[in-house]
Amino acid sequence: MKPDDKRDAFLGRVLGPGAPELTCEQCFEELDRYVELSLAGEAAEARIPGMRAHLDGCPACAEDFASLRDLVTQEGD
Amino acid sequence: MATALMTAPPEISWVGRLRAEGAEGQAAVADLHALLLRAARFEIGRRAAELPHLRGGDQEDLAQQAADDALMAVLRKLDDFRGESRFTTWAYKFALLEAAVKVRKRAWQGREIPLEDEAWSAFADAGAPAGRGAEEAELFAALREEIEGSLSDRQREVLVAVALNGVPIDVLAERLGSTRGALYKNLHDARRKLRAALAARGFRVGTGGEEEA
Repeated sequence: MKPDDKRDAFLGRVLGPGAPELTCEQCFEELDRYVELSLAGEAAEARIPGMRAHLDGCPACAEDFASLRDLVTQEGD
Repeated sequence: MATALMTAPPEISWVGRLRAEGAEGQAAVADLHALLLRAARFEIGRRAAELPHLRGGDQEDLAQQAADDALMAVLRKLDDFRGESRFTTWAYKFALLEAAVKVRKRAWQGREIPLEDEAWSAFADAGAPAGRGAEEAELFAALREEIEGSLSDRQREVLVAVALNGVPIDVLAERLGSTRGALYKNLHDARRKLRAALAARGFRVGTGGEEEA
């Protein structure tokens, strides 16, 4: 990782996305819909505002999103 | 793929079968458990590197536990299914969550949460002052001061553990007798406070439009 990337990643972890975001509970509630919208090429963020910012700020929810996206993708293959 | 997802028929039959009495309901629960077990195995498989000491049989036990717990959660939340996604996608998320949390906790079993002092090496690792301008060094110094001086004890504890030391939030929640959501609220409040403090000191930290309380 380049120094600037490392620095930005560090500040991102500490300071978070700095944008309005869902809570972890709201994120879990919307996760399945967000994944399907994303995979369908729909404007997922416009339909579920604050989801992207939360996934940027919460590593655990981001991992849950990636897992569900990948599982649904695999099942659809 | 995308078209297939959006045109898939509503899987109301899953809910109906799960609510059915007798053999039909039992068969539906068995089918659901099999579906959840598949998701749990998927999650544990992709996280196998986090548990190098766990043998195949132990991984399968973990998957079974995750599927069992997810089954209870899905049946408990069945009335919440709104049909806005496929039933399988909705159900999978419970199994993936249960499996991921179990793996994270198992990976940290017996490990101490890193001490606060150890966290500050992350500042050096981020390359704060090295080779960068004075303003950058001042930003990192100010950030450290604000973390030490402006946050509540709980906010600092969560920020340092999760953001600096990489402790999974579910692991920290278990140690502190809390929940992911409650600790993330602490982390979110800490971040807002730090952004506001840095802005007040004249640093531009790229706020994304969030209104400060």
